[in-house]
Amino acid sequence: MDPIHQFEIKTLFTFGKIGGAEIAFTNSALYMLIAVGLIGLLMIGATASRALIPGRLQSVAEISYEFVSNTLRSTAGTEGMKFFPLVFSLFMFILAVNVIGLIPYAFTVTSHIIITVSLALLVFLTVIVYGFWKNGLHFLKSFVPSGIPIYILPFVVFIEVFSFFVQPVSHSVRLFANMLAGHITLKVFAGFVVLLGAAGWLGWLGAVLPLGMTVALTALELLVAFLQAYVFAILTCIYLSRAIHPGH
Amino acid sequence: MDPQAAKYIGAGIACIGMGGAGVGVGTIFGYYLAAALRNPSAAQGQFGNLIFGFAVTEALGIFSLLIALLLMFT
Repeated sequence: MDPIHQFEIKTLFTFGKIGGAEIAFTNSALYMLIAVGLIGLLMIGATASRALIPGRLQSVAEISYEFVSNTLRSTAGTEGMKFFPLVFSLFMFILAVNVIGLIPYAFTVTSHIIITVSLALLVFLTVIVYGFWKNGLHFLKSFVPSGIPIYILPFVVFIEVFSFFVQPVSHSVRLFANMLAGHITLKVFAGFVVLLGAAGWLGWLGAVLPLGMTVALTALELLVAFLQAYVFAILTCIYLSRAIHPGH
Repeated sequence: MDPQAAKYIGAGIACIGMGGAGVGVGTIFGYYLAAALRNPSAAQGQFGNLIFGFAVTEALGIFSLLIALLLMFT
């Protein structure tokens, strides 16, 4: 009945030890592989026929491509399209992992902060490396907005620099905490069903209410799973656009 | 006071912060809807900005929820 129990990482088998640390294949890794395999199957299977009039499966691939590319083009411009593989992979991976996690008894990979921090740091380091590689020291100008009076400029620059370094924190914690909180809420309401069901026939009648709530919450969580993948992708686009156009 | 009781009280207090995020998210969607009804043709173009504002505002509420969860379960 412990709502935290579902996030437990179990070791399936171990590869051995490297420098005292155990290298293990866990259920988290298994679900990541399942997600990547499903995306790969979807994309390869959908584009195999390459029909002029797309079928159902090909439409799924084309719509997801169009969706991400429109988002990227509207936020980072056409120059941002060179980052399309990164943004598309992030979006599809997080979406697949979130949706798989909604299946009962499945493990939600994004409910662990280590996964989301890794993804967010990948984006953060890409922005820094690409920003300095493309613009040189001109990249630092993105922290100094133009048209600000000189006496409040240090304060504004401080806020800009601070918010830049908070980006990976909020980027990762948002996804992680949304998935964690959603799954805890689902588990708590599912626990009410069991508790009421144990109380006799009157409890069975009462248990209909939390059961309906669980169904409604699952629908909401499906929306959240998609929305958080989209939010992660769009924030990636916005952070990348800072590296591409530092003047704005 | 029992430290465990103090933790639970702290978790409850931390959740008050989510109310502020609720006000913020409501304001964002409310103004978006108001503006979209005035000019529906321009609404679709601002959907990305809507989601961005929603995400940035929601993050603050999520932070206070995170503090509550940390107090509850660690």
